[in-house]
Amino acid sequence: MIEVRVFATLRQGRDKVTLLSPEGIACAGDILDRMNIPQEEVSILLINGFHHKPESEVKDGDIVALFPPVGGG
Amino acid sequence: MDPRYARNVPALSEAEWELLRRKRVLVVGCGGLGGHLIDMLARIGIGSLRVVDGDAFEPSNLNRQLLSEVSLLGVGKAQTAAERVRRVNPDVAVHAVGEFLTEENAAALLADCDAVLDGLDNIQSRQILANACERAGIPLIYGAVNGWVAQAAISCPGDHLIDLLYPDGAALKNKSVLSFTPALCASMQVSLCVKLLTGRPVKTGTLYFFDLLNQEFEIIPMT
Repeated sequence: MIEVRVFATLRQGRDKVTLLSPEGIACAGDILDRMNIPQEEVSILLINGFHHKPESEVKDGDIVALFPPVGGG
Repeated sequence: MDPRYARNVPALSEAEWELLRRKRVLVVGCGGLGGHLIDMLARIGIGSLRVVDGDAFEPSNLNRQLLSEVSLLGVGKAQTAAERVRRVNPDVAVHAVGEFLTEENAAALLADCDAVLDGLDNIQSRQILANACERAGIPLIYGAVNGWVAQAAISCPGDHLIDLLYPDGAALKNKSVLSFTPALCASMQVSLCVKLLTGRPVKTGTLYFFDLLNQEFEIIPMT
């Protein structure tokens, strides 16, 4: 399974942790599609704790963390 | 040592305090983040502050901006910040610039500064500031807030942290900010700045993320 952790406002209407079957998921962007998260709502995408892009490969056992843009002051 | 700094010691050594007295720091934005940044930097005894903001206080600032007051609505933020610094700590040389940061004035604003603190409120201006810091070879102490969430980091030349944090098309969902969120963010920024300027070890390119609603703190290696 792929473990997806979402943070802050991305948690609205979603669980803190979601387990996804890796079937049909090749890259991190596929996870966003599966979870109905628009790409512009994700600022930081971590795979196993390191910064990656939506095109980055994900595989069974990976932990993916998603953070929303924070830009006010 | 001046008694006003007595409580800085031994958390800071006298040698570190002397170092801070010789540093010049630029704070861009004198609003939610900037008000707290400027107040903390003045109290700790930074030698020289350049504070920049082209805006004036308006009623929607009163929920969070430390320097805003009903009696100051319509008054310039940079001017107010400088007056605050002079009242809090006359040792600090403060220079107010009542302009917004632009591609055109960025290099001049950064001139001769040892560090730059981000007190901005939008992504576009942060990109201008980050590019200017990169060109000038000056570290940027980044901070940003939204609602209950704050994040801060040191971005040194070559880190390109702002590009990583705000990929093309990244958009803010809303502009809400609560009173305590910028205070926390600014505290983190100033502590990072003090460590950097006194030569203590710091992690650059590492994002410190705080979610005050869910009481979560994450350390995120970005570079």
